[in-house]
Amino acid sequence: MNRQELWTAYRTIVVREILRFSRIWVQTIFPPVITTALYFVIFGNLIGPKIGSMDGHNYMDFIVPGLIMMAIITNAYSNVVSSFYSSKYQGNIEEMLVSPVPNWIILAGFISGGIARGLVVGIAVTLISLFFSDLRIENAWVMVTIVLLTATLFALAGLINAVYAKSFDDISIIPTFVLTPLTYLGGVFYSISMLSPFWQNVSLLNPVLYMVNGFRYGILGISDIPVGVSYAIIIIFIILLGTFSLSLLNRGIGIRS
Amino acid sequence: MTAALSISGLHKTYGDDFVALKGIDLDVQPGDFYALLGANGAGKSTTIGIICSLVNKTAGQVKIFGHDLDSAREQAKALIGLVPQEFNFNMYEPVQEIIANQGGYYGIPRSVTLPRTEQLLKQLGLWDKRKVMAQKLSGGMKRRLMIARALIHRPRLLILDEPTAGVDIEIRRSMWDFLGTLNASGTTIILTTHYLEEAESLCRNIGIIKQGELVENTSMKQLLNRLDTENYVFDLKQETAVLPPADAGCAISLRDPTTVDVSFNKQQYSLNQVFAYLNHHQLDISSMRNKTNRLEQLFMDMVTTDRPAAKIEAWDDKRTNTQSTEASTP
Ligand SMILES: Nc1ncnc2c1ncn2[C@@H]1O[C@H](COP(=O)(O)OP(=O)(O)OP(=O)(O)O)[C@@H](O)[C@H]1O
Ligand SMILES: [Mg+2]
Repeated sequence: MNRQELWTAYRTIVVREILRFSRIWVQTIFPPVITTALYFVIFGNLIGPKIGSMDGHNYMDFIVPGLIMMAIITNAYSNVVSSFYSSKYQGNIEEMLVSPVPNWIILAGFISGGIARGLVVGIAVTLISLFFSDLRIENAWVMVTIVLLTATLFALAGLINAVYAKSFDDISIIPTFVLTPLTYLGGVFYSISMLSPFWQNVSLLNPVLYMVNGFRYGILGISDIPVGVSYAIIIIFIILLGTFSLSLLNRGIGIRS
Repeated sequence: MTAALSISGLHKTYGDDFVALKGIDLDVQPGDFYALLGANGAGKSTTIGIICSLVNKTAGQVKIFGHDLDSAREQAKALIGLVPQEFNFNMYEPVQEIIANQGGYYGIPRSVTLPRTEQLLKQLGLWDKRKVMAQKLSGGMKRRLMIARALIHRPRLLILDEPTAGVDIEIRRSMWDFLGTLNASGTTIILTTHYLEEAESLCRNIGIIKQGELVENTSMKQLLNRLDTENYVFDLKQETAVLPPADAGCAISLRDPTTVDVSFNKQQYSLNQVFAYLNHHQLDISSMRNKTNRLEQLFMDMVTTDRPAAKIEAWDDKRTNTQSTEASTP
């Protein structure tokens, strides 16, 4: 396929992915927005004032970046895992497998779909957060790039999960047992400087910590982690998972007998 | 001339030890309408899956219009359209989207796929349903949707794996017309089906797969010529109680007072002689028909000989019929 054709194929997949989650927005966009709004109300508004300040910011302002990031991570992940798995399950992945579209375009298309949903939910949640705190963005460039990179990374993770999934149960195992604990322990609700040195070091093994802190740096200008380290960690993970995903598709794991 | 499809030494082993294909060699010429027949589990869909890059082959070579799947998969894929056996579209997408998107995967811009989609949907009688979720189509409509989808990139080789399964007779006929016209305009077609009259009326050449091996690859005419025994059923105008014995070379029996079964060896006997016999005994005929489809008869002989007995219970009637007529034919 020439460049023009590759672009057409890529755009087809992305638009289809966006339409997919838009058609079922009640299941895809609405719930995370509601959940996050509840966090804002309960932790930020009701409990937050009792907690006082965290790293020099009031608690509400501190958790807003983390909560936005959490919504982006979960949605980028779950969009790809459910879309890719259901295309395996219903067989429509074969529409792409019989066509000349190369695997890297398929990968890029699904990942972009995941990023798109992460962004849509992220923006919705950000707008809601404006009711509770007045966000001033310290460094927009950092904020945007960290969001895009993080969404890419978790979209890739979702794809890998979907490739190996053999039932609908399998697509919720990783989110429940890996993703949720990692985000909750990734410094969304607290600064790791509150932890003992031992647990601080354990926290540093959690990749989500780097993303939440990178994003928080973009918005508040504060971070537990130097922002350069955040970038490096995220990019290394993207390269690892990206290469792995592509090799899974090339080998036809889970999609070709 | 480069073959539209050229397969050699094709092997497929599923898992560690289930051998589904045991070395298939097959050429289909451009413009052909080719029937690939075989019992359930013979390996038709596996063969098609390999041709269409849905199944990994274990060994062998596949070329589409000269493009080897191993070295020029992209070019090969662009020339094939597939109508799979199982529904494999997203049930929650509108019909029109499914077809236009398929064009997109081939790199065809929407400005081209949209008018083509309209044309295909109109030809296949689905235009009214273009905005409906695929889930809400009837079984026969879903089959037609898959035909439209397979044609969006104008493939030179169209492969249909049981396209008429579960399709009513009227739609099936119009599908035949559609495929006939498509073939006449130059598209090579390979078709699998369990309706043998369909294969007989549509296809020029035929291959029969049996347990992973191609046991027959010939023209439909030649194959049918091999059939020695002709079986007919005659309906009589008046009831009759007994039938006088027939000549040698022909077996005649009364099924019920107004139905006569006749079977004879083509080499030794003719239909004229059958009429002469019926006339002679003043048996008035109101109608006649072939007892079984001719291809079906041959096919059964070829593929059912060593099936496990349990599986053929349902077919016992037909088999005993054929055997008894053969036995009574000298
Ligand atoms: N994914 C798979 N894993 C293991 N075995 C398989 C797989 N797909 C098919 N088989 C086996 O390979 C054999 C050939 O199957 P195939 O689907 O090619 O048959 P077929 O000729 O298309 O039959 P049908 O007329 O029933 O569609 C069967 O025994 C089947 O059980
Ligand atoms: Mg089959």
